[in-house]
Amino acid sequence: MARVVVDVMLKPEILDPQGQAVANALPRLDVTDVTSVRIGRRIELEFSGDADLDRVREIADKLLANPVIEDFTIHAGEQVKA
Amino acid sequence: MTMRIGVVTFPGSLDDGDAARAVRLAGAEAVRLWHADPDLHGVDAVVLPGGFSYGDYLRCGAIARFSPAMGSIIDAANGGLPVLGICNGFQILCEAHLLPGALTRNQHLHFRNRDQWLKVESTSTAWTGTFTDGQEILIPVKNGEGCYVADQRTLDELEAEGRVVARYIRGNPNGSQRDIAAITNARGNVVGIMPHPEHAVEALTGPSLDGLGLFASVLAHLAGKSAAVPA
Repeated sequence: MARVVVDVMLKPEILDPQGQAVANALPRLDVTDVTSVRIGRRIELEFSGDADLDRVREIADKLLANPVIEDFTIHAGEQVKA
Repeated sequence: MTMRIGVVTFPGSLDDGDAARAVRLAGAEAVRLWHADPDLHGVDAVVLPGGFSYGDYLRCGAIARFSPAMGSIIDAANGGLPVLGICNGFQILCEAHLLPGALTRNQHLHFRNRDQWLKVESTSTAWTGTFTDGQEILIPVKNGEGCYVADQRTLDELEAEGRVVARYIRGNPNGSQRDIAAITNARGNVVGIMPHPEHAVEALTGPSLDGLGLFASVLAHLAGKSAAVPA
């Protein structure tokens, strides 16, 4: 089995209201040196055999991320114990 | 002949009944379409209603876009079939790339529901022909992810080609760029609108009857088309 992790993040130019709300809450924890918070999504795909990264890229581009507003990165090579 | 307008139900749709009712009030036959059925049953136009298809998992509209019904609707829309996406339906149309841009979380993070004034800016679409240019209409808005975004080039293109169909006036409920409430494709047959015209079709339940105009428009559009076809 192979595990592939896809990280989806809003593109830098797209406003992230959720991240901004968190950033605005940090001073309440006396955290004053964080200048930006961006919140994304981590998606783990487990394949029964080897993972075809080109297919993962296609899945991410078509369904997992909306390329109009989001970027994604793919991390492969995590072995899963069956 | 009575026009037949399809209303698609996805898992989680909640305004499909209202949309079908609006279609009937406008004088057409409402044909209920099921998301898993690729057959459009010969309808003359399609409404993608609001609601939360697939519970908005992943992203609003992302999973609904790959339903069998949408496969047929995308092909038919590219062939000129009038399609109206309301709220979640608008999101599905963007995910399906029938309309540019995307709908994101409301800028203030709050769900907004209220009666909203809009200004109709394009009457050359299949769904807005019976309005007058610049007409102000009042229809309800209710969304959590209704903030319309697109890159500057796309926004400029929409403006230059007259494809901004309606804009929010007297307040922008979700932070949409350039106050955009509704847009259309280049051909004018596909329209996405974030507020809910199907909730403004009866005095008892809506703030106005302005929403009927969209459904009346598509009937006029279809009648004009059939009249143009030689017998």
